[in-house]
Amino acid sequence: MPDAVYRAAPPDALRIEPLGDLTAIFDRRSTQTHLVVPPIPEILTLMGDAPCDAAALAARLAAAFDLDAEGDARVVVAERLAELAAIGLVERA
Amino acid sequence: MRHSTRIAVGPVQFRVGSDWAEPIAGLERLYAAYPQDDARPADATVRLFAARPWRRWLRPSVHIGGDFIVPDALPLPLSMGLLAAEMGMNLQVALGWRRHMLLHASAVAKHGRAIIMSGESGSGKSTLAALLGEDGWRLMGDEFTLIDPASGDAFAFPRAVSLKNQAIAEVAGRVDPSRLGPLLAGTPKGDIRHLIPRADAIAAMHEPARPALLLFPRFGGEAAIEPMGEGEAFVRLTEASTNYVALGEAGFAALTRLVRETPAFGVSYPDSATGMALVEQLWAEAVR
Repeated sequence: MPDAVYRAAPPDALRIEPLGDLTAIFDRRSTQTHLVVPPIPEILTLMGDAPCDAAALAARLAAAFDLDAEGDARVVVAERLAELAAIGLVERA
Repeated sequence: MRHSTRIAVGPVQFRVGSDWAEPIAGLERLYAAYPQDDARPADATVRLFAARPWRRWLRPSVHIGGDFIVPDALPLPLSMGLLAAEMGMNLQVALGWRRHMLLHASAVAKHGRAIIMSGESGSGKSTLAALLGEDGWRLMGDEFTLIDPASGDAFAFPRAVSLKNQAIAEVAGRVDPSRLGPLLAGTPKGDIRHLIPRADAIAAMHEPARPALLLFPRFGGEAAIEPMGEGEAFVRLTEASTNYVALGEAGFAALTRLVRETPAFGVSYPDSATGMALVEQLWAEAVR
């Protein structure tokens, strides 16, 4: 089964504030505050404007942070994307 | 309401009405020295009323009402009318106030800079603030601290301090008896006695203070100071704020700014003297 494709929130929807080990994200649409840890802020930053799937995002994360994109990376990113979609920070394209 | 009074605590103007004279007389004694502006409309209304008209005479018990109502609030016997008034005032502020971010925290200030102390009931934040308020600090409040979203400044809410159980003897020995309210024994929160803040703290109640330290006191155990990260302080203060959600992005911005600009520490202490010494130590390091 191909990976689901996701789209990032519109540019003005989220206010993202790093607070040491945590990052606080205020969603202006829902007025909810989300507290997240890596790699969530990195995923949101690297999603860009165009829809993308977990494989593409895993490759971007690997390139940006000099990681190995083989193995579980795609699966882990797919799980995080599904969680982000569940709380409304990204949406299925 | 047959009896009523107006009380200004910090920026909040209360109107308190009661079916009985006693709680109003008690409040007027506690708040006699507070500055009053009779022309200002009330921000919050508190009503102490009898459940049924005849209960006012037969077995007087005080129900709490106002702009916001908690349906299962306990009725209290009339002898605890002062406690009912205090609970009503807290409730109306906690649920209704929007001009500031409201933190469930005590605060003291010196030279225009504030120490904000947040903790659960029993953490000792109220007792520490009361004791520091008798020891060279301006008491800003024992229960709520208000943060102005625009400036980030802390504003005082110096209601009469609600001393509980052991704290009563600890503080009563240090102050003039005229500053103490009647002993309310055996309330649902234990024994309670109110302390009128020092006159200088009341006179300064409208003066903002810049947050300088965020402390999370914990009574009991060995003396210890633990630095706290911005993220943990943020999480704890969202839990300690009664109106964080209602303020929306303004609350988010105010809280992220507060935890970024203000060093935070967890403070454990076995007794009040040690707690005060640890606070003074952190203060000396913060203002150095």
